[in-house]
Amino acid sequence: MKRLDPSRRILLADMETKGLADCKVFESRGGYQALKKALSMPPKDIIETVKKSGLRGRGGAGFPTGNKWGFVPQNSGKPIFLLCNADESEPGTFKDRLLMEKNPHRLIEGIAISSFAVNSHKAYIYIRGEYAKAASILERAVEQAYSAGYLGKRILGSSFDLELVVHRGAGAYICGEETGLISSLEGKKGQPKLKPPFPAVSGFLGCPTVVNNVETLFTVPWIVEHGGEKYAAYGTEQSKGTKLFSISGWVNKPGVYEEELGASLKDFIEYYAGGMKGGAKLKAVIPGGSSTPPLTAEEVEKATLDMESMAKLGTFLGSGGIIVIPDQLCLVKLVERIAEFYWDESCGQCTPCREGTGWLYKMVASIEHGNGKEVTLEDIKKTGRNMMGVTICPLSDAAAMPILGFVQKFPDEFLEHIRAKRCPYGETH
Amino acid sequence: MSSTEFTADRKERFKTIVAKYEQPSCALLPVLYLAQEQWGYLSSSVLEYVAGLLGLPVAHVASTASFYVMLKKKPTGKYWLQLCNNVSCTMLGSEELLAVCKEELGLEPNQTTGDGLFTLSCVQCLGSCGTAPVVQINDDYVENLNPSLFRKLLQRLKVGDESVIGEMTKEMHS
Ligand SMILES: Cc1cc2nc3c(=O)[nH]c(=O)nc-3n(C[C@H](O)[C@H](O)[C@H](O)COP(=O)(O)O)c2cc1C
Ligand code: FES
Repeated sequence: MKRLDPSRRILLADMETKGLADCKVFESRGGYQALKKALSMPPKDIIETVKKSGLRGRGGAGFPTGNKWGFVPQNSGKPIFLLCNADESEPGTFKDRLLMEKNPHRLIEGIAISSFAVNSHKAYIYIRGEYAKAASILERAVEQAYSAGYLGKRILGSSFDLELVVHRGAGAYICGEETGLISSLEGKKGQPKLKPPFPAVSGFLGCPTVVNNVETLFTVPWIVEHGGEKYAAYGTEQSKGTKLFSISGWVNKPGVYEEELGASLKDFIEYYAGGMKGGAKLKAVIPGGSSTPPLTAEEVEKATLDMESMAKLGTFLGSGGIIVIPDQLCLVKLVERIAEFYWDESCGQCTPCREGTGWLYKMVASIEHGNGKEVTLEDIKKTGRNMMGVTICPLSDAAAMPILGFVQKFPDEFLEHIRAKRCPYGETH
Repeated sequence: MSSTEFTADRKERFKTIVAKYEQPSCALLPVLYLAQEQWGYLSSSVLEYVAGLLGLPVAHVASTASFYVMLKKKPTGKYWLQLCNNVSCTMLGSEELLAVCKEELGLEPNQTTGDGLFTLSCVQCLGSCGTAPVVQINDDYVENLNPSLFRKLLQRLKVGDESVIGEMTKEMHS
């Protein structure tokens, strides 16, 4: 069984250290040494190192990080911005919060190295508004980093300057989508923008902009310190390295755990999360946040935690938010919650998304509450299919995919509701 | 009506905030937070004031404010109970917490108690699914809740005993 030995951890190696959020403690654990090393390298070598590592974005889309950095034009005459995406609003995901609350300096170090690599002198951490505690921890850490010379002018005696601002969002899932995030940071509604142009070319205020997830940037110091090859030695062919998984739902030990990509999902649930609560039988697993289609219990047996395996099973590794659903709970009710979420969070710009998410919610709710018909299931499928690939951003797809997945993989649950004209599990609402 | 104006201390903080950004418009969210801190919510006169300070059209400021659930367009009670009812919290009992609110406070979602102490909202995933079910009270997360704990929490808040929030949030993440 492939399982990450604790001594080989990359992201959570130091998590047990008391007071790690303090700059001095972080330094005593070797913190900011990678930044020192990076500042002595030519920026393009850092980009090469990250390319070699095979690191792919941890925000959900899995885009190769080094390649993204390589797209940033260096001769546009405009300032370049680096935005750290700390919006973390994908249901089932709570890994970035842990990193920011426990080890904020490692993130700052990653941001400084990455900014240096892409030639940015201004970076923002866009953190979801609800994470007030993490934001204040980060703000304190940023202040300490300025005082210690890791941010500000002439960092560590080099000629590199970097300003870093912690910016709080205000409660909108769509601001996690990179162009929605940019709109929000510009003081507007968090409405996504059409791509191209991609942010790397024209993003924040029309300037070249790199948007990366917290965990992605947090990984960078290790890669710079140990080299790209060392990182690429972890994981599978297309999914290199280790990753954090947030596991929640019906398990004994929910939480955030680091595992090497390619590890068994079943073993992950058993070993880290302590298996099913009360010895319950497994019904379904949402593997990568609520936007990813579910796996059946049978599929969970063979699934491994990497992009290749998830793709084969018709789903995604996503944000690594694993939600475990037991046999005794009503799936339709949970799908109703998922559908309501996307309806609530659709920014309303594109008709298929604005209307489609509302219809999906109403149709799923009608089934859950005993008013659905067999044709409702067909209508859900039709509506879902018409929402894919037709909007400015993929929120529409993110709403349709899991709902279609549940309807396709668990048709009997829906049909039972329809035939009984009520929720067979009993209603509490 | 007295004129809408930041306190002297907040005028200083306003300057510090705006100085961090490329353009005043980018400082809109933090400035709206600052205003919300002073006035409790963003009335139209507050939105006008902020627009004036940042040199932005009032319509722009109002439309931005309308987009974000954490920016309050009307007053909430002293304790804003934000109950997560997304997937993991639902699985682990958020509906029972909702029932407790109803029993203890007579509150349905989007209502405020007559004494102005509590407002209840159902909110989306708070990024705390590992410690579900969770209720955010103003800025604090109270995690790993169950009906009896939640009842105790509400009862103590009702009699003005705020220390209960600290007690129930402490050590959650150590
Ligand atoms: C609807 C939607 C919500 C998203 N939410 C987040 C989020 O909360 N955090 C995040 O890092 N990426 C999120 N993303 C992905 C971002 O658009 C973007 O791909 C990512 O921040 C890039 O960083 P990475 O390459 O390091 O992953 C979201 C995407 C979509 C379509
Ligand atoms: S589902 Fe409630 S915090 Fe995530």
